[in-house]
Amino acid sequence: MGKIEWAMWANEQALAAGLIYATGGIVGVAGQFRGWQFAAFGIAAGVFVCLLEYPRSKRGKGTSVERTGQYCFTVCVKAFGPLTRNYYVRAFLHAALCVPGGFMLATVLGCVCLGIASLIYLSAAIHGEHWEPILPRTEPPKRVGNSIKEPPQNPPPRPPPELRRKKADKLEPAAYDNPMSVTINE
Amino acid sequence: MSNWIINHGLSAFILVVWMGINIFLFVYYYLFYDQGPQFEYTRELLGSALPWARAPAAVLNFNCMLILLPVCRNLLSLLRGSFICCGRTMRKQLDKNLTFHKLVAYMIALMTAVHTVAHLLNVEWYTNSFQGRYGPLPENLSMLDDSRELNTTYLNPIRSNSTTPTLFVFTTIAGLTGVVITLALILMITSSMEVIRRSYFEVFWYTHHLFIIFFAGLVFHGAGQQVTDPPHNNSFCEDQPENWGKIPECPIPQFAGGFPQTWMWVIGPMIIYLCERLLRFIRYMQPVSYRKIVIRPSKVLELQLVKPGFKMEVGQYVFLNCPAISQLEWHPFTMTSAPEEDFFSVHIRSVGDWTEKLIKMVENLPEGGQGPKMAVDGPFGTASEDVFDYEVSMLVGAGIGVTPFASILKSIWYKKLGATIYFYWLCRETYAFEWFADLLQVLEKETEERGMRDFLTYKLYLTGWDQSHVNHAMVHFDKDTDIITGLKQKTHYGRPNWDKEFEQVRQENPSSVVGTFLCGPQALAKDLEKKCVKYSDVDPRKTKFYFNKENF
Repeated sequence: MGKIEWAMWANEQALAAGLIYATGGIVGVAGQFRGWQFAAFGIAAGVFVCLLEYPRSKRGKGTSVERTGQYCFTVCVKAFGPLTRNYYVRAFLHAALCVPGGFMLATVLGCVCLGIASLIYLSAAIHGEHWEPILPRTEPPKRVGNSIKEPPQNPPPRPPPELRRKKADKLEPAAYDNPMSVTINE
Repeated sequence: MSNWIINHGLSAFILVVWMGINIFLFVYYYLFYDQGPQFEYTRELLGSALPWARAPAAVLNFNCMLILLPVCRNLLSLLRGSFICCGRTMRKQLDKNLTFHKLVAYMIALMTAVHTVAHLLNVEWYTNSFQGRYGPLPENLSMLDDSRELNTTYLNPIRSNSTTPTLFVFTTIAGLTGVVITLALILMITSSMEVIRRSYFEVFWYTHHLFIIFFAGLVFHGAGQQVTDPPHNNSFCEDQPENWGKIPECPIPQFAGGFPQTWMWVIGPMIIYLCERLLRFIRYMQPVSYRKIVIRPSKVLELQLVKPGFKMEVGQYVFLNCPAISQLEWHPFTMTSAPEEDFFSVHIRSVGDWTEKLIKMVENLPEGGQGPKMAVDGPFGTASEDVFDYEVSMLVGAGIGVTPFASILKSIWYKKLGATIYFYWLCRETYAFEWFADLLQVLEKETEERGMRDFLTYKLYLTGWDQSHVNHAMVHFDKDTDIITGLKQKTHYGRPNWDKEFEQVRQENPSSVVGTFLCGPQALAKDLEKKCVKYSDVDPRKTKFYFNKENF
């Protein structure tokens, strides 16, 4: 499929999966279902996945669009270095996290969604993609030429004094039109 | 406030009606299952999770019916044509079909979530009832079994102690289809996020075809059949479950399944959508030949095509499919030719995979050779069709977004029409002007010859200017024609001052209805929309601005 960056879709899928996992877990714990311990794990895993997936990666080609307020998450995720940069690690992590969800009905959907996200991440990793933080760019200040440091030596060229004085009645031959009247009481 | 009503009133009304129907369905079915006497025993087992599952199901039925309709573009074209009598405000609503499709999709997602959670609770509570955790009445209700000799039927779908909720879900039709279609829905939604759609359209398009699985599963989802209770005096009998069948007042209750209803809601739109796809296929088979192929600067390809029986209006678009590049992909392009010509043309810019491959294929063609086999679906109409309905029109095109307006200007030239048109073209680079400059030059000459000066005012804005442009302009400022385009009308540098432009249009056209048409970026749309609202007046003696946006 040409230029598809699988990681972008894997990211959306994993984020959705995290939410679904956590929601299923909440239902399981709140309803005190049998096997609620798996549900509790589901909540923890779901929240963790959401935090990990929230900051979007910088795209290989094209403009990257940040999610609102993702900067602090970007900093946290970046701090883990190669663990979060590499998509193989993410693929295996998601695969491992999703397994306990399969043991309980409430979290089964979260399990499958996270599993699918893991597969897409695997595809991304095979294609050589990796996670790049989106950091605000500091523009280099506009460099002005060196000549700005030297003030001009001579005044700007002007016509001789006789021609400089313009009489009010002789405005037609003047080089410009006044947009507003220049006489005082009008 | 009144300006908002002019521009958005009908859309808001439609949304209110749609939301109203949703709320009505939810509340009605909630009460039906919460208070209906025939569900009393089921409620013994499930509590309020029963109505909480059934109410969103009704809303889901309604919305699944609606979701297919906004994407039947041929149907919408048909409606557009038949609305000629009902005014432009009605037809404007059809422009917003994709927005409505997304809104309905969000509602489906929300209701699916509620429905799923309620059923999770249901399954858990059915299991618990069977195992006697809730007391004697639920336990006895659960013990009722399907038995021909005793003439009984079961109430609790859990039939044995070893059934876990997970097992139950995966061994029943309702459970299995439920999980499968929810999964399909989730995949469809994650792949249709804006980021994915704008950059990797193929992923979106192919994944979205999971809707076939969604609808198939949806129709069979209700096949398991919801149970209802028979009449037997509940309040008297429920305290003595052990006496059922032994005393005449309390016969063993008989249960029957409720008939699955979803198919009744969705079958109509499914057939309509099937017809839509069939029509696209038929159009695919019709032969299309190339009249002329021109490669323009700035990686723009012009194709002039001929298709027998093809009729178009101004500003319409077509979908093109090139089997040599991809069997299944159809891409939309606005037509740049006028209806008066005996061919139709499109200008294609190299933006993604498909367009790039097409341009490469065409570049390698021998001189005067026919291009690759192309299928055409359409034409489909959007806002630009309405441009002649307005007494005065403001046409704004950004970059390649000028294409619908190319069609309109050519049509004016052919029709020799006298509508008042203000045309604004915003562009970043100079060489992108070239392919359009020919048209504008011809138009300029024509309008002068026919003395139609006042009828067409056009302004070109070069938004990506830099110092070299300034220098060039300074040196040549006294030349008659513009240095960039060769047109008599000088190019402006920088972005237009919309306040000034709208003020000028308002002054020159008092008591007129002005249609503003944009083909360009969202940010500009917001800007123009605000200006339309700002400069409109409800007073019929003053100017009114209506905003239309083309969307792809």
